[in-house]
Amino acid sequence: MIRLPLVLMFSALLFSAGVYGVLARRNAIMVLMAIELMLNAVNVNLVAFSALLQQMTGQVFALFVIAVAAAEVGIGLAIVILLFRTRESINVDEVNLLKW
Amino acid sequence: MNVLAAEGGVAFEATTNGIWFVEHAWIVVLLPLVSAALILFLGSRTPGKGAVYGIAAVGAAFVFSIGVLWHFVEGGGPFEGSIDWFTIGPLHLELGILVDGLTGVMLVVVTAVSLAVHVYSLGYMRGDERFTWFYVVLSLFTAAMLTVVVSNNLIQLLVGWEVMGICSYLLIGHWWEVKENSDAAIKAFITTRVGDIPFMFGIIALIAVTGFTTTNIGEVSHELGLGGVSPLFVSVAALLLFGGTVGKSAQFPLHVWLPDAMAGPTPVSALIHAATMVAAGVYLIGRLFEVFLLADEWVLTIVSIVAAITALGAALLAIVQDDIKRVLAYSTLSQLAYMVAGLSLGELGLTAGFFHLFTHAFFKALLFLCAGSVIHAVHSNNMSEMGGLRKSMPITFWTMLIGSLALAGIIPLAGFWSKDELLVVADEEHMTWLFVVFLVTAVITAFYTMRMVMLTFSGEYKGEAHPHESPRTMTGPLVALAAATVGVGLLGAPQLNAVFGKWVFYEEIHEAVFVPWIAVLSTAGALLGLAAGYVLYRERKAQDPLQAPMGPVWNLLEHRYYIDDFYMRAIVRPVRDTWSAGVNWFNQVVIDGIVNGAAVITRGFAQLIAWFDRTVIDGAVNGAGEVAGRTGNALRYLQSGNVQWYAVGLFVGVIALAVVFIRVV
Amino acid sequence: MSAQEYAFVVLAVIGGLSAIAVVTSTNVVHAALYLVVTLLSVGGVYLLLGAEFVAWVQILIYVGAIVILFLFGLMLTKAPIGRDTLDNQQRWLGAIIGVGVFAGLVFLIQDAFPMQDAQAFEPARGTTDVVGEAIFRNYVLPFEAVSFLLLAALIGAIVLARKDDSS
Repeated sequence: MIRLPLVLMFSALLFSAGVYGVLARRNAIMVLMAIELMLNAVNVNLVAFSALLQQMTGQVFALFVIAVAAAEVGIGLAIVILLFRTRESINVDEVNLLKW
Repeated sequence: MNVLAAEGGVAFEATTNGIWFVEHAWIVVLLPLVSAALILFLGSRTPGKGAVYGIAAVGAAFVFSIGVLWHFVEGGGPFEGSIDWFTIGPLHLELGILVDGLTGVMLVVVTAVSLAVHVYSLGYMRGDERFTWFYVVLSLFTAAMLTVVVSNNLIQLLVGWEVMGICSYLLIGHWWEVKENSDAAIKAFITTRVGDIPFMFGIIALIAVTGFTTTNIGEVSHELGLGGVSPLFVSVAALLLFGGTVGKSAQFPLHVWLPDAMAGPTPVSALIHAATMVAAGVYLIGRLFEVFLLADEWVLTIVSIVAAITALGAALLAIVQDDIKRVLAYSTLSQLAYMVAGLSLGELGLTAGFFHLFTHAFFKALLFLCAGSVIHAVHSNNMSEMGGLRKSMPITFWTMLIGSLALAGIIPLAGFWSKDELLVVADEEHMTWLFVVFLVTAVITAFYTMRMVMLTFSGEYKGEAHPHESPRTMTGPLVALAAATVGVGLLGAPQLNAVFGKWVFYEEIHEAVFVPWIAVLSTAGALLGLAAGYVLYRERKAQDPLQAPMGPVWNLLEHRYYIDDFYMRAIVRPVRDTWSAGVNWFNQVVIDGIVNGAAVITRGFAQLIAWFDRTVIDGAVNGAGEVAGRTGNALRYLQSGNVQWYAVGLFVGVIALAVVFIRVV
Repeated sequence: MSAQEYAFVVLAVIGGLSAIAVVTSTNVVHAALYLVVTLLSVGGVYLLLGAEFVAWVQILIYVGAIVILFLFGLMLTKAPIGRDTLDNQQRWLGAIIGVGVFAGLVFLIQDAFPMQDAQAFEPARGTTDVVGEAIFRNYVLPFEAVSFLLLAALIGAIVLARKDDSS
């Protein structure tokens, strides 16, 4: 009942927003949020195709992606907090010890 | 291994008691060779400084040689045996022995005289700082001479020949600290070398006769006998071989080295320059007699003429010498010429010539050793410083007298029989001029011999030293040789069946005849010479009594016919000063210049390459490093440290790849 | 266009706009809240597509846990409350790339699934029992692997974030 391209475009929109966020945001946590957006876009794709093809694979993998995303956020925030502790700032521009 | 059964109508005994010695005659060669090595390595540590090895070896060799001769005494025949050495192409080289009567006689002569000299040197060379080395070379020389004598092929003969030359050089120059001695050694070596060159060509010619397949003397003779070779070729080959004789046996014009070779110790003179090495040239003619016989007449005529000149000329020179050894040296020249002349008379002369060699070896060695005894006592060679030694050195006197009478040719001593034989053969061959030469030379020989004896032993002693008789190691050999001198002559006496002629002969045994009138004539001549010598030199005078009457002839003789001066001016000086200097200059400037120039060019090249390596190649390598560094320097700005920069790059890359993979691929 | 489609379009617009707001808002807390809206809309979309279980899990986990984590994180790192320049130097480049990505994706979608031929499809069967059956029958291994992953993440986060006791 819903046409597929529409769903996919929605997914594309979410993904592009996520891309912009990853590239342009200063705060590390903002970057993480943008990554979440991207993951959600992927999930939408998966579920859409699961509906189209009437298979469970898409939904199952969407669940897994959610689980992984959760784990990733947990770790990511732990790292950010650690970073904040040592540097007093979580501005990604300032985290450039590997600079030439 | 084969015993040649019959040859030219002569029948030989199949087996004799001495045949084992003949078949193993190579042992005779080996003994002194081994002793030379032993003395060389162990001599200085042995009590007696190693002389005992030499004496033992030569003594054993002498006994062995008697055994070999015994085979021929009993009528045995020649023996030849060989082993293969190696083969080059068609040429087949061997090591072998050829033992016939001639070989047997030569073996006895060489080992006997060598033994006498070995024992004599114990006394004469005592205290010499190179005593051991002396014995080494002495033994080596003996081995070399024996090699020549037993050799059955030309190359082996040549090897022995050359080793003898080296040993002669080493022995003449034994006291090389005195320049005269080393000069004499070099002169001897080079002069014999000049004779060796035609000799070697002669050998090559003979090998060529067999088509370069073998060097065996028997085969060569066989090939020549077949008659397929042109007489001219054979004549030239014979003449070339004679060159070797002229050199080694010191015939005119290569006689100049022998008198000077007296600079060596007297035992050396006795062994090498009286009895053995100089006899090798004569032996050569005897061994290769076929070649000479098959050559044209003029070859043998040349040989006769050369021999005659040498005989007479040397005898005349002996008259004016003051040095006792020089008298004997010229005497040797003269007697060697006798032998060569005898051989030049053809088949009949072979036996006579070698008989004279046989006897001459003994009495000449005796005379030299006696002279050595005298020299040892008065520490001088010059007869003007001697005189009156008859009382102080009786043994030496009597033995020397015996030797001198033998040399003069007085019956029944050795020299008489052999000289007589030569005269008989000369008469039989109707070579009257040679007969006359022999006779005149015999007279002169007797004269200078007596002169020598008188000047040395009679009158009053004029010198400074205190002469006394020599030790027994020296007088022993003198006595032994004197006995031999008395005895060996009888071996060729016709009255006693002339057994010598049954051992050494060519193709047929010739009966030795005793021609009375010749014997009388020769004895008269000898007595005449002896009397003249006795009379003239009984009283010692300040100046030699012949000097005034002979006038300019005396000068000519004293300067040895100016031959040495001629050689010096015409040959030695141009070669040494001009040619050698020129060649040396060429070598130093041109050849070394080329070599050094090559080195300089190479160095320059190397420098060029070094520059290239430093600048271009290292530059390239360093440049590569520099480029990498600069690029890295430039590229490092990509490392902003900013994660989001990297993310940008990532996404751009992803988009690009997506486009590529979807649209392009 | 059917009713579901209308609903979907509404949800999509809301979700899209709030997604853009997430990445462009200058206030970090506002961004987090916009994120909540986006996630809720996505959950709604799942429901429309018929994946009930996934939708509820989405809301539970994402909205209920992850966003809370984000907020905690912001609090612990003293995120600036209030207006601030949150974007860095390269936002124009980022914008270009984002737009580029969107354009590319749209093009791809159009290429693969053209709008004209698109037919509507039935919603998926996404009830809990069906999903559970699929997981525990066919995808047990990935399931176990994911649980390991969660365990590792749990331990890792604790290890990383605890205060150092050593002097």
